[in-house]
Amino acid sequence: MKTNRKYISLIKELALTDFKLKYQGSVLGYLWSLVKPLMLFLVLYVVFTRFLKIGGSIEYYPTYLLLGVVMWGFFTEITATSLDAIVCRGDLIRKIYFPRIVLVISRGITSFITFILNLLVVLIFILIIGIPLHLKALLFPLVILELFILSIGIALILSSLFVKFRDLAHIWEVVLQALFYATPILYPLSLVPSKIAKFLMLNPVAQIIQDVRYLLITDQTSTAYRVLGSKLFIIPYLIPFVVFVFGYHLFMKSASKFAEEI
Amino acid sequence: MNDVAIQAKGLSKSFKIPHEKNSTLKQAALSIFSHKTYKEFNALEDISFGVKKGEFFGIIGRNGSGKSTLLKILAGIYVADKGKIEVNGKLSPFLELGVGFNPELTGRANIFLGGAILGLSKREIRERYDQIVEFSELQDFIDMKLKNYSSGMQVRLAFSLAINVYAEVLLMDEVLAVGDTNFQNKCLEEFHRFKEEGKTVVLVTHDISVVQRYCDRAMLLRNGKIAKIGNADDIGNEYIRQNIEDEENRLEKGQRKIETVNIDKNLKNAKIKKVVIFGKDSKVKNTFQAGENITVHIDFEARDEIPELNFGIGLYREEGGYVLGCNSQMDDYHIDAKKNYIEFVIENAPLLSGNYFINIVCFGRDEQNYFDFEPKVRLFKMNCINKKYRGIVDLEHKWRQ
Repeated sequence: MKTNRKYISLIKELALTDFKLKYQGSVLGYLWSLVKPLMLFLVLYVVFTRFLKIGGSIEYYPTYLLLGVVMWGFFTEITATSLDAIVCRGDLIRKIYFPRIVLVISRGITSFITFILNLLVVLIFILIIGIPLHLKALLFPLVILELFILSIGIALILSSLFVKFRDLAHIWEVVLQALFYATPILYPLSLVPSKIAKFLMLNPVAQIIQDVRYLLITDQTSTAYRVLGSKLFIIPYLIPFVVFVFGYHLFMKSASKFAEEI
Repeated sequence: MNDVAIQAKGLSKSFKIPHEKNSTLKQAALSIFSHKTYKEFNALEDISFGVKKGEFFGIIGRNGSGKSTLLKILAGIYVADKGKIEVNGKLSPFLELGVGFNPELTGRANIFLGGAILGLSKREIRERYDQIVEFSELQDFIDMKLKNYSSGMQVRLAFSLAINVYAEVLLMDEVLAVGDTNFQNKCLEEFHRFKEEGKTVVLVTHDISVVQRYCDRAMLLRNGKIAKIGNADDIGNEYIRQNIEDEENRLEKGQRKIETVNIDKNLKNAKIKKVVIFGKDSKVKNTFQAGENITVHIDFEARDEIPELNFGIGLYREEGGYVLGCNSQMDDYHIDAKKNYIEFVIENAPLLSGNYFINIVCFGRDEQNYFDFEPKVRLFKMNCINKKYRGIVDLEHKWRQ
């Protein structure tokens, strides 16, 4: 029990250090975590409500978009930065013992802090624009938890494989790009033929983004339940847990050799 | 059994060193079809030892002897292939000082970061913070970024943090090599305090004086095996002896071989067959202490009817410097050609530390028309206890007023 607490404080310390260092030397500092999503919102607003009128009948489309982009941003950041979580801490790993998983989780927490700040901005927009919040919004943290579990699961797989295969950085970049377009972030799912939509909704990131939009923004969102029906809809909810369990075991199996292989 | 801090039984560790590392998928994919060529390197073989509580235990050995690998296994950084370790008491997990320090952070922030990495909780660090800063003598610089610290200051901060971890068993790898004398003394005091508190320290080094000064017992590793375990003085002496032996072997391997083809048939006048050097006990060696008698033993073959036979010797310092050149003719020494050997003795050789070599020449009446000449036939090394003198020869001298 005592050792667990010790490692939790290590995770905290590492995560806060990363977060502090991220904005070091910039004038606005931490404010960037808030300014960035604000500017992003502005861009999305101009592009999607003035030029491209993709949003169609969906209410509050710019906020709907922003929420999707922020969720996706978290997924990208946590998986991309944790890729080298082990490798770039080679000096530590070769010289001191602590559970290696601490490194991946602390990276995840760093991304999570930024994510929470971004969400704060989204929430402010929701309040300013006057989007009515319903009781179902209380389920929101559960979906975030699902996203965190999925992201950490992938992070564990990527970071342990990256020790041996450095190509993974480039491969993952491409995969993320492909996934970005395969996920209904910029376009509403209603634009996609229903067969393809079904396929796309098997992706847990798509399910998560759509659920969050459903809970916070508009009833019009096509959620996994609506697209996949009452049986298949369970699949995207299960994937994050499967990925996490697999990632955890893979990581634990390879962790004892990290010090030699880096 | 309660007085045992560390018990290791039959530890073995080998590393597979691929001839070419597969660090891209393509290479990995290709190597599925071709045979992987590994070189197995046994870093440690069957290491068993015990360290008692409150003991200062030294692990000594040359580079590549496996001492750091062993320490890493003790620390849990590597997992041994075979064998097991038992550790009683909290083990400090660090091998080096200042692990995890970030140059972009202030000294203060680094204490918290480094402390967390060493396994302290935030509360524990807060409690010990003043003590750490005081010991490091860095009160005035604590809010400065670490990158602006001098290396000595960084070490002080790191050491102060490390000794405040309160582990019962400490593992250290060559930590005493840095810091000024003043701070080193302070560290030494701290070590004595550890000892009084009954803590156990395992120290890895290749410095004999460190082992002999601080350690109660020590273990000498050689090529991944235990060469000897015993009290620190004995181990230190054994290590010195081994080093001299290795040096001897290295020098012996480097000696030039004299070609000895068909000496008997084609022999015109005389030929040098073999040259060796030995010290006082007639044992062939290549390293000498200053003040020792150095005997150059030359085996030769000569035709009996040679009217006159002479040998000359040239002694040189390897990096330049002609120390002595003389021959038997100058010394009016008559050599008996039937004896097949001649010895040249330098008494109480007053040579300073360094590498030397000798040339041997064999001639009749006239040195220019020599029978045989062997340049750099023997290399040897002088060790002088007085390392302060500069130059080649320690001339007898004294100061007077």
